[in-house]
Order: sequence, then C-alpha cells, then structure tokens
Amino acid sequence: MTSAAPGSAPEQGRSEFGVALFLGALGVLVIVEALLLPDSLIARGPVGPAAVPVVVGSLLVIVAVLLGVDVARCGRGEPEGGEDVELAGGSDWLTIGLLVAAFAANALLIEGLGWPISGAILFWGTAFALGSRHYVRDAVISLVLSVGSWYLFVLGLGIGLPVGILRGIL
Amino acid sequence: MDALTQLINGFGTALTPENLLYAFLGVLLGTAIGVLPGIGPAMTVALLLPLTYALPATSAIIMFAGIYYGGMYGGSTTSILLNTPGESASVVTAIEGNKMAKNGRAAQALATAAIGSFVAGTIATLLLALLAPTVARLAIKIGPADYFAVILLAFIAITSVLGSSRVRGLASLGLGLTIGLIGIDATSGQQRLTFGVPQLADGIDIVIVAVGLFAVGEALWTAAHLRRRPIEVIPVGTPRMSREDWRRSWKPWLRGTAIGFPFGAIPAGGAEIPTFLSYVTEKKLSQHPEEFGHGAIEGVAGPEATNNASAAGGLVPMLTLGLPTTATAAVLLVALRTYGIQPGPRLFETEPVLVWGLIASLFIGNTMLLVLNLPLAPLWARLLRIPRPYLYAGILFFSSLGAYSVNASSFDLFLLLAIGALGFLMRRFGLPVLPAIIGEILGPFAEEKLRQALQISNGDLSGLVTPVSVVIFVISALLLLSPLVRRLLPRKATPPVLTEVGEVLEETHHHEQVVAADDGRAGRPPSA
Repeated sequence: MTSAAPGSAPEQGRSEFGVALFLGALGVLVIVEALLLPDSLIARGPVGPAAVPVVVGSLLVIVAVLLGVDVARCGRGEPEGGEDVELAGGSDWLTIGLLVAAFAANALLIEGLGWPISGAILFWGTAFALGSRHYVRDAVISLVLSVGSWYLFVLGLGIGLPVGILRGIL
Repeated sequence: MDALTQLINGFGTALTPENLLYAFLGVLLGTAIGVLPGIGPAMTVALLLPLTYALPATSAIIMFAGIYYGGMYGGSTTSILLNTPGESASVVTAIEGNKMAKNGRAAQALATAAIGSFVAGTIATLLLALLAPTVARLAIKIGPADYFAVILLAFIAITSVLGSSRVRGLASLGLGLTIGLIGIDATSGQQRLTFGVPQLADGIDIVIVAVGLFAVGEALWTAAHLRRRPIEVIPVGTPRMSREDWRRSWKPWLRGTAIGFPFGAIPAGGAEIPTFLSYVTEKKLSQHPEEFGHGAIEGVAGPEATNNASAAGGLVPMLTLGLPTTATAAVLLVALRTYGIQPGPRLFETEPVLVWGLIASLFIGNTMLLVLNLPLAPLWARLLRIPRPYLYAGILFFSSLGAYSVNASSFDLFLLLAIGALGFLMRRFGLPVLPAIIGEILGPFAEEKLRQALQISNGDLSGLVTPVSVVIFVISALLLLSPLVRRLLPRKATPPVLTEVGEVLEETHHHEQVVAADDGRAGRPPSA
C-alpha cells in the first residue's frame, strides 16, 4: 500500500493509530449489528439485509489493519491545506469549542426562539469565535442576515422556518 | 442527427426569459460564492442547493448549471490571485497563474483562464450532447450485474487514482458506505444501524451529508488553523490579452479540451491527473519552456481548459449511468435526486425536456460566464478581502439554514454537526472526502443492483458473471493491486509521461511547503 508523504509532526503517529482503531471498532459494530438483525418475513431474494453490512464492516476492519501497518511504517496522513489554512501550529481547540457551542445553541434554540433570533446568535457567536471583536457591527450584520434569510425563505421561496417568539412581529 | 434536434429543443426550453434569468442568477451567485476563499465548487453547489427547492425542476437544474460553471471559474480566480488553491483541480492553474499575477500579468492570466474555460466548456458540452445519448442507449442494455461491476470500478478508481494514500481513500469509502447503510433496508423492511432512533429510519438525508462533509467540515478545519494575518491579494484590472497571448493560448486550450474530456468521461474521474498531464504536455511543446515556473501563459491556458473539459466530460457518466466522479458532480447528483430525478440510462427517455434543457443551459451559462467575468474580475478580486470571521460564520450560518430546511427538524442540525466533525477529522488525518460522499450516494444503489442480479440467477453467484462484468472486475482488481503489479513489471513499462506527472506533483507539494515556510518567516503583524 502506498503511504502518504511523511514529514508531519512526529506525535501525529499516535493519533493516527486512533483513526485505525476507530475504523476497526466501527467495522466490528457494523458487522455485529448486521448479524443481530432478526430474520425478516418479507425479505425476498438471496441477499438478505445483513450481507452488504457484513461486507462493508469487513472492508472497514481490513482498512483499519492496513492503516495500522501503514502508520507503523511511518506513513502519515497529509493534513489538508487551503487558502486560509496555516498548518504550522496545532489545532486551535478554543476556537473549535466556541464554534461548536454557537452551532449547538442554534440547534437547541431554533424551535423555541425561532430562526431570526437563533440564526443571529449562530452568526454572532461564530464571528466572535473566529476573532471578530466589533460587537455592535456583528450584531447588526447577524440580525440583518437572519431576518433577511427568514423573509427570503418564508415569503420568497415558500420554505417554512420557525418564527418563534417573534410571531406577530415579523 | 437526433441529438442536434433534441439540443435545439433544449435551447427552446432554456431560452425562455424566465429560465435565462435563472441561468444568469446561477452564474452570478456561483461565481460570487466560488470566488470566496475556502469555498470550492462542490461547497458552492451544496450551499446554494436550498435556494432551488421552491423552483420547478427544469428551472432549478438550469440555475444549477450556472452555479456549477460559475463555481468552477470562481475557484480558479481565487487560485490565480491567492496562490494557495483550495482544491486539487486548481493546483496546476495556481503554479503558473500566480507567477503571472506576481509579474503584473494577473489580467492576462484571468483572461486566458476565462476564455480557455469558455472554449473548452463549449466544445466539451457539444461532445457531451453528441455522446451522452449513445452511451445511454448502450447503458440501457447492460444488466444489473454489469451495473454492479461498474459501480465497484468507480469505487476502486476513486480511491486509487485520487489522493496520495490508497488506504486512506478506502477508509473514506468505508465511512461513506457505512453512512449509506443507515436506515430501513428497502427489501426486508428492517432497520439497519438506526439504534432505535426514529429520525434515522429514513436514512441520513444526503444533503446533510454533503453540506456536513464539504461545508461544515471545511469551515471547522479552516477555523482551527486560521491564518491570523492579512492575506496578500494581487490587484487586477480588467482581463485582456495581447495578440501574442492569443497566439500562445489557443493551442493549449484545444489540447486541454482533448485531454480533459475523455478523462472526465471515464468513471475514474477527477481533474487532478488530466490537468497535470496538460501542464506537462504544454511544457514539453512550448517554444518558451524556460518561462515555465516563472509564469508561462500556456501553463494557465492548458490546465484551465482541461479542468473545464473534464467537468463537462464528467457529466457523461453522471447523467447516463448515475455515476458521479467528482465532488461537484456528486453534489449535482444530490440536487437531481432532491427534485425526484434519478439519473441513469432512462433519463434521456423519461426526462428529455429536462436533460436537454440542462445541456443547452450549460452552453448558455458558459457564455454568460465569459460576458460576466471579464468585466467583473476586479469586483470578484475584492471579494477575496472579505473578513475571514464573516466568511466562515457565513458558511456555518447558511449550512445550518440549508440543513434545517430539508426536513424542518433540529435533529438534522445535530446530525450536521456530527458529520461536520467527521469531515474535520478526515481533513486532519488526510482522508479524502470524495470517496465518502460517493460511497454514501452509490452504496445503496450498488446493493440494489447486486440484489437484482442475484435474484435473476436465483442466488447463484454466477449471476454476477457476464462478459462485460468480468472485464470490469479485472480492471478493478488491477487498479486496486496496481502498486503490486507495477513492482512486477520492469521499470521501463511505466509510461514516461506518467512518471513526469508524478515528479511535477511532488515538486508542487514541495513548493507549497517552501511557500508556507517563507510566509511564516515574513512575520507581519497580526490582523486586527
């Protein structure tokens, strides 16, 4: 098997074994779940519901082993580059945490508060997480975007978005 | 010339004022979003998908054709003006294109890219129109066993040809296939991998997977490594070319088309290999080989034309077999399915208005792109300066909006976050995203065909063996085992061109590292 370009941080090796472990565990899960499927009365044809999952699970287990071997031979996955990406430092976990928090806040609040509010929280929160410190300007942009997209979707495209506590106002 | 009559009918569909407006909107939005750094064509299409939900299928598809070409052109503008291409297809364009831009020839680089894209796109779309009905007619005759073999070949090809590591490609494919298994099994009615969660019974909506892997995963990944200083954008005037530039560009455009279209049309896909092949060819044939590496216009014209031609070529397997070979085609397939259209051999019979309308609007979109982009290039260049917090906040905002509007369920938002996290980890550990999305789309399809084939043969595995399928199985096996096969062959058996492509690839990777190191040393003050 080919291995990716070496040269990434040496400590990446250990976490790459984690990837192999994850793939292997997922493969076993898929196989076990398939074998536990009860016999179906309406199933027709020779290929039952378990056959393909067993193949896919086996593929994952085989790949996990091969990846483990590749990593042991110092093969390293190459982190993806990009226009705004600087790979020199490690991952910025604080930013990620704040982003996930803003994202989850929207998912939790969208039904209750409605998209115009929860969407604004999402945009403001993610902009803050990414280092924007123009609090007022960000808030204005967030509200314009969320209220604007609500009108565009509900009135322009006919797609329902929750209005939440602003019912009767918008 | 049945295809031509049909095509003319297609123009009849696409040229109504309303559909022209949608094509124009598509091109405009596609370029504007595609030009934004960090947003490739696939993400552009995925993000703009919800906008078309309310439109009738034909108009939606026509708007999408515009978004598709607009997104691709936007991507190459970014790579010429910024030099750090976000996606593999633009890597080669960036090599010479950015050098040209630094020498003050950004306008010429953008012009040759735009006109080359137009020329290649037009010729390749014409080839698509002539070829696709024939392929569809042939494809209708192939049985489920052959179909299963073709899908298997696509899986193997996508994992082996793309990316630097085959094992990681297969890992990504396995993840995608697993996601595709989730939900109620169509023939037995049993729930697989749903763990009793009712929202998973229908499977994970493919829009959620596409937006999660491409948009959310990318935004999270970039956010974790965000460049905290202003990026250098090369100013640009209106694109124009001198007579000399024209003389040096037209042959690479045509050669690029000839290289790109066949590579796109075989279900092994990707624009990476043909663009490198075009680059090497132009370098070899150029009368100014010494300019290569310092901004040779042929090095922009050829690969950029190749890129566009292979994109149009990729529509042949996508429309006739339902096999996407690039990320963008995969998302386009997702879009078609959202409108209840299943691409495949019968598409040309069942939906002639739509298919020919789509093909005609590819011509129209391509022409609009040229008209729009040459004068608007300075405006697009200004979009590159958008403050990064707003850019990535916007991506997450519109991803959430799109994902929520699929089923109006906040459960989907958590699912989107989970798949985004998966996309993040895949980028972190160098697993390519494309095999996962292809696996998720085609996995259930492959299972269906496998079952049909074995039903016909009453469960006998010999039902999978037909003359066509055996040939395809052998090709797949050779591809999968090609590192071993190559070791057994004498060294000289490798075509010299491919060796050179490999060298260029390595050089670029090396070059990127050097550039990154240089940028690091420059040490400008962090942005406010």
